[in-house]
Amino acid sequence: MRALRKYSLNISALLFLPAPLYAEAINAEQAAHLENLVIQDCGSCHGLTRKGGLGSPLTPDDLSHAEPEGLAMIILDGVPGTAMPPWRPLLTEDEALWIANYLLTEPAK
Amino acid sequence: MIRTLTVALALAFVAPAYAEQPCCATGDLGLVVERSTGSLLVVDQSERAAIGRIEGLGDLSHASIVYAPDERFAYVFGRDGGLTKVDILAQSIVGRVIQGGNSIGGAISDDGELVAVANYEPGGVRIFDSETLELVADIPTGSKTIGLVDAPGRRFVFSLWDAGETWIADLSGAEPVVTRNEGTGSYPYDALVTGDGRTYIAGLFGEKGLTAFDLWDETPTPRRILPDYGKGQEDLPVYKMPHLEGWALAGDRFVLPAVGLHQVLWVDARSLEEVARTDTHGQPVFAMARPDGRQVWVNFAHPLNDTIQVIDTLTAQVIHEFRPGPAILHMEFTPRGHEVWVSVRDAGKVIVYDAETFEELGVIEAEKPSGIFFTARAHRLGL
Repeated sequence: MRALRKYSLNISALLFLPAPLYAEAINAEQAAHLENLVIQDCGSCHGLTRKGGLGSPLTPDDLSHAEPEGLAMIILDGVPGTAMPPWRPLLTEDEALWIANYLLTEPAK
Repeated sequence: MIRTLTVALALAFVAPAYAEQPCCATGDLGLVVERSTGSLLVVDQSERAAIGRIEGLGDLSHASIVYAPDERFAYVFGRDGGLTKVDILAQSIVGRVIQGGNSIGGAISDDGELVAVANYEPGGVRIFDSETLELVADIPTGSKTIGLVDAPGRRFVFSLWDAGETWIADLSGAEPVVTRNEGTGSYPYDALVTGDGRTYIAGLFGEKGLTAFDLWDETPTPRRILPDYGKGQEDLPVYKMPHLEGWALAGDRFVLPAVGLHQVLWVDARSLEEVARTDTHGQPVFAMARPDGRQVWVNFAHPLNDTIQVIDTLTAQVIHEFRPGPAILHMEFTPRGHEVWVSVRDAGKVIVYDAETFEELGVIEAEKPSGIFFTARAHRLGL
């Protein structure tokens, strides 16, 4: 699975696509998987509707000040001293960036 | 003789009124939370089947349920602050209030008259009349509030995530009396009360150890227990907070999930000293003791959440490991422990296992199932 992701990323690099938008490095199947992860597993702390819980709210309004790259770093490295764990052991940088953009653009239900 | 006959005749006239009551008893029923669709599946234990669905309960991420003493009405605590009263027999919602912005769980008083909800936002506990869902008491804490349990004597006990305190609210008198205990420790994330209502234990996220209160004391004071577990070891990331609700006395000790370590911890029930540790497959979420205490079933946090381990109480050894499917969120034993029901969220299934042979006995389709709650909880303190 992990190897496949790298492969698809390499192809997009070979085709000299512009700096990959988040959607391009992640295929539809991966996107569905990541969306489920955001809703269900991030949702454990941040709420299924991303309106917060033990973790802070993550709706586009709440994140309006944030840059996708910054959010991706928080996802990958966590926030020391809080309950937000580093997801780097489980996610690639492309996946974290996809999630960051998803949070910034996908309206909360 | 004549008098007896008169009574019998009178009863004969009264009897039809009883006959109009609903047909079914509820002792064998339960509810399964369907977290994404805001619905509840009504399940029948002996049929191992779903017998209905109740819809319209809002955001049910991290939802939990308590039962009225009659085992007919259930109170559902949703993440969106919704408190919903459902009638299991009629399979319908009979009352619903949005009592807060963001909540984390609830409890019902020993007499069944009060339902309390713990809120993240606004931080505190709100207490409602279980009949009407009217607000009875509002206890703001200024902190995300967690680990709410009932205790004997119309009391509720809860802890403050941000402030590291544990409060006891006594509603036995005309006005609620709230006792504050500081010094619970850094970031209590959940708590349990023992089945006798005596010991309240809060797990800590911000530091090692747990904090116990003896509720039989005139003035309960915090006592740090297991302060050294995991000391010197690097913490592993916690992708899902453990739950302490599934605790149970397993023989003369109870078992608790560690935080940031892939272990469960065995605690002597009398001394509250650590007596053993068992290495586990991942970060434990629930460590549920079978009602007889002979085994403990453990599920795990993302991404190792497809596996269950069964630990033998006497040896503290893992005796069985299996993979029911992706995202196991909860396990519920039948009241006498012959079966365990397991919710497998991403497979959309509740799977029923024989708790002795581990044989699969049945599968119930469910929409992203999470918590499973059998009505027998109505008669257990702290659930």
